Amino acid sequence: MDFLSYLISGISLGSIYAIIALGYTMVYGIARMLNFAHGDVIMVGGYMSFMATTRFGWHPLLSVIFAMIICTVLGIVIEQLAYKPLRAAPSLAVLITAIGVSYLLQNAALLLWSANPKSFSSVVPFDSLRLFNGKLIISGTTIVSIFVCVIIIMTLNTIVNKTKIGKAMRAVSEDKDAAQLMGVSVNRTISITFAIGSALAAVAGVLLCSAYPILMPTTGAMPGIKAFTAAVFGGIGSIPGAFLGGILLGIIEILGKAYISTQLSDAIVFAVLIIILIVKPTGLLGKKVLVKV
Amino acid sequence: MKRKNYFTFVVTLVLCLALLAGCADKPSKPTDTAPIKLGGIGPLTGGAAVYGIAVANGAKIAVDEINALGGIQFELNFQDDEHDAEKSVNAYNVLKDWGMQILVGTVTTDPCIAVAAESYKDRIFTLTPSASSPEVVKGKDNTFQMCFSDPYQGIVSAQYIQEKKLGSKIAIIYNNADAYSTGIYEKFVSEAEARNLEVVSTTTFTNDTASDFSVQLSEAQNAGADLVFLPIYYEPSSLILAQAKAMNYAPKFFGVDGMDGILEMENFDTTLAEGVMLLTPFAADAQDERTASFVKKYKELHNDVPNQFAADGYDVVYAIYEALKDKDVTAETPASELCTQLIEIFTNDKFVFSGLTGDNMVWSKNGEVAKPPKGMFIENGVYVGMD
Repeated sequence: MDFLSYLISGISLGSIYAIIALGYTMVYGIARMLNFAHGDVIMVGGYMSFMATTRFGWHPLLSVIFAMIICTVLGIVIEQLAYKPLRAAPSLAVLITAIGVSYLLQNAALLLWSANPKSFSSVVPFDSLRLFNGKLIISGTTIVSIFVCVIIIMTLNTIVNKTKIGKAMRAVSEDKDAAQLMGVSVNRTISITFAIGSALAAVAGVLLCSAYPILMPTTGAMPGIKAFTAAVFGGIGSIPGAFLGGILLGIIEILGKAYISTQLSDAIVFAVLIIILIVKPTGLLGKKVLVKV
Repeated sequence: MKRKNYFTFVVTLVLCLALLAGCADKPSKPTDTAPIKLGGIGPLTGGAAVYGIAVANGAKIAVDEINALGGIQFELNFQDDEHDAEKSVNAYNVLKDWGMQILVGTVTTDPCIAVAAESYKDRIFTLTPSASSPEVVKGKDNTFQMCFSDPYQGIVSAQYIQEKKLGSKIAIIYNNADAYSTGIYEKFVSEAEARNLEVVSTTTFTNDTASDFSVQLSEAQNAGADLVFLPIYYEPSSLILAQAKAMNYAPKFFGVDGMDGILEMENFDTTLAEGVMLLTPFAADAQDERTASFVKKYKELHNDVPNQFAADGYDVVYAIYEALKDKDVTAETPASELCTQLIEIFTNDKFVFSGLTGDNMVWSKNGEVAKPPKGMFIENGVYVGMD
């Protein structure tokens, strides 16, 4: 019974990692850049929902939509101001810019909302589920995060594989210049990718803060790094890979803590990552990219 | 060329005369109103900013009050170190150039260890409001603490739990990446053993894994712990309380001074903290006149309830004031001379200081403070004294 309850905690944590990892993986897969500010967009999403519910007294569901809208706009603005001018620059320059944006967001949050942590009230209205005479308790937030994660994966897969904009995304990810020649607007496609990624970040932020109800300017930093690891683990650029990587990372983290050592949980997670990358350098579901010389 | 040299000579001469004239203009004795320069260092930005800002605000209130009294005047210059040892030493050097005579700081432990080593070399008296590790004062005669040292808190907590029979099976969850938390934990365990308290579960977390505590709580629950000791800060504590409630586990929770602040967290559901016990030197809702007036002032100025750190900052400035008020010191007294005088006063048995964070404080030769801890528990969202 303990094992089952640990497993569920792991899946719950993993599904949040997965939603964040999707943002990383989409942006990387299409724009070929690592958007390190993604974790901080999550934090902004959390604060937006917090402000909407506590300061304006809005309904939690409305606050989630509000957070998604603000984060979408924020994502597009960041892309236009910070990343678009660097489209032709070496990827290292973009990476450093992304780290800069990450710090900018953290410090802006510090100015706006101060360093005092805020306690987040869960937006999930359901009570915990009690099974086996109350021996196994599954919280409402856990059920919702798993559910939301699955819906998002399915929607994204449909968008990327079935729609016109999805086709454009795939074209840009294959070859930017060729896509441009075929009449695909590369800039617009990348902007839309950022918009989707940032909206996902808002959802992830709200779920993260509902599961672990504390909100600080640095709230997004560590989950962001873990989710990035999850994206690499699953094969960066692959949507199902981000899902698989996120869930596995969550499970390994919790089970490692429970059965091996609470002190070494992160060491275990990253050791598994290293082993996977040695055996399969592109990650679990990553595509092999042939580079012509 | 020759002409230019002559010109330089004349200019130099004029400047020298001007310098002499300046000397003559200066009063031979400084006036009483020239303030003594207090330097302050702490994190005003970054993850630990909540502590630095509180100390800076508290110290500022004390400085303003003292200056309004007449007599000794203080000037406070508070620098940011972002809770980073290197930046803290830079801030220290900035303050030294400014002419700092006494150091109020630093706020956090790791930077304080680095800065105290410098101030020891430079002979600048250092009184830290809140850096609680014994490493801070070890081997430095000029460094003193206003807060409890970590080991002391561990020992007192074990004493309290045993004497008041608060629990028989104890679980501990601590942050093993944090000197403060491990310092308390180690002393607690050895004292608990000496007092035959049974520790049934010990689990840890780090700053990077401070979000999911389901495993740690399950272990404590399975081991049958009826009291969970939390020698950690209030941010992870708030998560632990919420997650314990979600899994229907309701032991007694016992915290230390890091738990202080949990009730002031915006939007925190205070029913989660109902019955939580903690040892803390300061409670903002204490009824005595001094605390009430400080809390009122702080609320007016900063629109916030002061925490223990604000009170520590306030006490540090007042302790320095109490020590110096009858002495013949001025803004011209060299820092090293002030240092010698203050060390003498602070280590003197006759120097007893009562402030917001405790009555009848005395300091030992090694710089640690002794003051009675106050046991509190949370009832209906406010602190209530345990005794």
